[in-house]
Amino acid sequence: MTVLREIGRAPDPMAMRLDTRPGEVVDRETAFTFYWNGHSYPAYEGDTIASALAACGVRIFSRSFKYHRPRGLLTADYLDPGCIVQVDDEPNVRGGHRLARPGMTVRPQDTWPSLAHDVKAANGLLGRFLGPGFYYKTFIRPQSLWPTYERVLRRFAHGGEVPATAQAPGGRPRYDKRFAHPDVLVAGAGPAGIAAAVAAARSGAQVVLVEEEHSLGGHLRWGGPADLTALQELRDLVGATPGIEVLTNSVVLGRYDDNWVAVVQRGLAGGAERLVKARVKCLVVAAGLLERPYVFAGNDIPGVMLSTAVRRLVNLYAVRPGTRAVVLTANPEGDATAEDLTTAGVQVVHVEDARRGGDVVRAFGRSGVTAVEVAGGRRLECDLLVTSVGWTAPVSLLTMAGNIPRYDERCARFRPDVARLPSGVMATGGIVGDGSTAELVAHGEATGREAANRADRLAREWRTMAPQGSGEGAARPAPRPESARIPELAPQPHPELFRGATHGIVDFSEDVSSKDLFTAVAEGYRYVELAKRYTTATMGPAQGKLETVNVVAIVAEATGRTIAETGTTTWRPPYAPVTLGALAGRSREPRRVTPMQPWHELHGAVPLVAGAWIRPDHYGDPESEVLAVRERVGIIDVTPIGKIDLRGPDVPRLLNLLYVNRWSKLDVGRVRYGVMCAEDGVVLDDGVTGRLDIDHYLMSTTSSGAATVWEWAERWLQTEHPDWQVQVTPVTTAYASVNVAGPRSRELVQRVVDDIDVSSEAFPYMAVRVGQVAGVAGCVLWRIGFTGELSYELHIPASYGLHLWERLLEQGRDLGVRPFGVEAQRILRLEKGHLIVGQDTDGLTRAFSAGLAGLVKLDKDDFVGMPELGWQRESGDDVRLVALRTADPALVPHEGTQLIDGNDRICGRITSSRMSPTLGRSVCLAQVAEHLAQPGTEVAIRLTDGGTAVATVSEHLAQVDLQGVRLRG
Amino acid sequence: MIVLTCPWCGARDSEEFGYVGELGARRPDPKAATPAQWRSYLYQRANIAGWTSERWYHRMGCRRFLTVERDTTTNEVRSVLDAGGLAEDQ
Repeated sequence: MTVLREIGRAPDPMAMRLDTRPGEVVDRETAFTFYWNGHSYPAYEGDTIASALAACGVRIFSRSFKYHRPRGLLTADYLDPGCIVQVDDEPNVRGGHRLARPGMTVRPQDTWPSLAHDVKAANGLLGRFLGPGFYYKTFIRPQSLWPTYERVLRRFAHGGEVPATAQAPGGRPRYDKRFAHPDVLVAGAGPAGIAAAVAAARSGAQVVLVEEEHSLGGHLRWGGPADLTALQELRDLVGATPGIEVLTNSVVLGRYDDNWVAVVQRGLAGGAERLVKARVKCLVVAAGLLERPYVFAGNDIPGVMLSTAVRRLVNLYAVRPGTRAVVLTANPEGDATAEDLTTAGVQVVHVEDARRGGDVVRAFGRSGVTAVEVAGGRRLECDLLVTSVGWTAPVSLLTMAGNIPRYDERCARFRPDVARLPSGVMATGGIVGDGSTAELVAHGEATGREAANRADRLAREWRTMAPQGSGEGAARPAPRPESARIPELAPQPHPELFRGATHGIVDFSEDVSSKDLFTAVAEGYRYVELAKRYTTATMGPAQGKLETVNVVAIVAEATGRTIAETGTTTWRPPYAPVTLGALAGRSREPRRVTPMQPWHELHGAVPLVAGAWIRPDHYGDPESEVLAVRERVGIIDVTPIGKIDLRGPDVPRLLNLLYVNRWSKLDVGRVRYGVMCAEDGVVLDDGVTGRLDIDHYLMSTTSSGAATVWEWAERWLQTEHPDWQVQVTPVTTAYASVNVAGPRSRELVQRVVDDIDVSSEAFPYMAVRVGQVAGVAGCVLWRIGFTGELSYELHIPASYGLHLWERLLEQGRDLGVRPFGVEAQRILRLEKGHLIVGQDTDGLTRAFSAGLAGLVKLDKDDFVGMPELGWQRESGDDVRLVALRTADPALVPHEGTQLIDGNDRICGRITSSRMSPTLGRSVCLAQVAEHLAQPGTEVAIRLTDGGTAVATVSEHLAQVDLQGVRLRG
Repeated sequence: MIVLTCPWCGARDSEEFGYVGELGARRPDPKAATPAQWRSYLYQRANIAGWTSERWYHRMGCRRFLTVERDTTTNEVRSVLDAGGLAEDQ
């Protein structure tokens, strides 16, 4: 940050700090410095960024969104729209809430070239161009200029600099997640919330108490001696009551169906945030009341503050917020603020009482208040104007539970319709009504007891809906009483004060004035939801908590309707801003590796991420791995192949249903290749299934299809054929699997089997054997040939996978055995013309398109997808999978390359392509339109450089060993 | 995310389950179905605003397919039964 002199540094660094206050939260023993705007400032432990700076006389914290007017403190808490700052690499930090830390670097956001002299403040002079709907009206045409508009507008938008990494300094993760299942969660730890938490815990409930601020107590913290005594008693109660988990500096973001409640914990060690996903049996909302700003000319000048901001600064942080104050009050809290100011040595030059017709007409000043005009035209010099004109109930969490708040003109605020809350959601404290501390505590206690009762009832209900062990029910305690009586918490009368005699700022985050809202209504946006969107009022960082009710009141005034008629806007989650990092949380993606992975890593395997699996792509030279398989013998770790154990007399019926081909006559000891389609005829999966015994089969699936096929089998068994006797057990990771492939594979397998005859006569192609391999019993071997070579697939109990792998390498040394990876396997199968489901087929490829006509048995009684395949065979008009031979043998077109016909129309695409080390030329599989699928047809390949190349449809999918001699050898 | 009370496992987050779809017409006879009937079975859904019967799968639990009666407008769940007709006493 350029060190430009801003507002001059305070000559005495803590000039505005008061002597010790009884309720102060700063620790004067622990002082340190941090940086604001390039200068060093002192702070005490417990100071927020805002309080520490205010103690040094700083009055300007930011520039406003649209007109870049100087902004100071308004609420001095999390919501304060005027002090959103950049802290180190973290943007959009709430300076009124974030605690100052030694050495932290705090900068203003979005000011250029500096906070004191901001060029964008010129927007204020051009105000008529930035009226409501300005962006909609101005930047819509010509459309060709939008990229330019966008670049310019971005420079005027709010927002700091986003951190480059999701890790906090020191490499620790910045974000975390956890689950919680409390009986009762209390949102808000003022007197009622604390009382509710304690009462619920005493009734036996597990309680989570969530408080947005750094300490418990709500408004008691900045109150008088009686409040501070009550505060201490309540805090002691929380400490002494087991079963309450207290989360401070945490906020409930939202309430979703069945009380799924999201809480974000902030400020954990290293600045980390944690998202708590809680399933709550009873949610108690004790959000208290928020103070509402007053709308009049100059209400955003630094030095105009809410009474709660002043009381926080004076009583919590021992900061004098000004020297000469005017107080506009409509309630006892405003009166108390005037007293607090007096005790803090601030000269209260005038108290304007709104209950007796008093009003503030306008404030004067630019970078700070200099004077105020009150009702009757009297002008008073001052540097602080305090307003205390009313309260807003933060009903968000209740409206998220479907509750519609009603406007109550007697107390000038929207109130929740408590009687209509769902049984799992309750409210207590200021959000319900007003009362003395004792009344709030009594209401909280009764609510907490009832919340525990309701949680207990729900737990019982859940238990009775779940299956029970025998005898357990008798031991249960008797149910609790139906419901406890909750006392009334009646709201106190309060004058309705929203806008004075002049126009002023309504939304401090978005720079929307009451005049803008009048304009929007005049332009036809008479409904509050429309006026809100048109003007963007309530859509800034404060998200309507400070300004919504004023917006409603002003739209009501402009339309001549009542506030109740005007209604309110809809509250949606999140209640408070949340970082995307906290929502994403820590990565919990599982990685699966085979028992042979340590060997692969030691021997230079290049890893391939295949779904959840990490597999060796190759060991340095895939082409020579291919040649080793074709000429000698290779071994590949195919553990991720899906394996499903099927037992029972009705397995053949299941296989006949799931596969398109016939399964009734599979003898014991034989395996068969099968293809599954979905009901729309699209190829779902493929693999071989072997019959190990009379009622015992082992099915293999593609690696990526293992979970899908298991679920698929269960679905047909459970929902269509519950009478069939089949037991389905996934055994993918119970076995480690190795494919031994190549002309010398029989010799190698011979050396590792103990009790199996592997001669071609005893163990022919497409046969399965069970026996002992490398000293391990219970292995399954099948003789199949995905690579096109003589090959055996060995499935061994997983813990012996590495043992088998090493034994094969050791025993095959003289045979020239080599390990090969997925890449070599892909080349080998492509040479052989074997398709891969999902690579050579897609979400539209039906069986006849995949070249599987010979497998599909339409004369079976039934199989999944049968009707669609019958119609596909009849209509014929579709794509076909073919092998393509490029005219240029060296050309390997990219997979996905389009094929074009004589009319320059797309007629297909390359699905697989590789250079074949065996043939010394490229080999391709492609999907082409059926009329072009005849062998010898020429098609054009559109190359990435725009040119074309010629290719010819081959007669067979296979390019190597067309007769399958090698497989059957 | 709603709570479903699995008849085997008890009250669990719906995150544990897979939503399969609403229960529509039964699977037509594959030998006799016309294309219109078959494609109605494949693709036509009533998408009711209100009480529906649907199929769910307890993927991270008992691995049973379930029939759930749910109000799509309120997410209220009236019953959760084993789709295969297995009952607790079996």
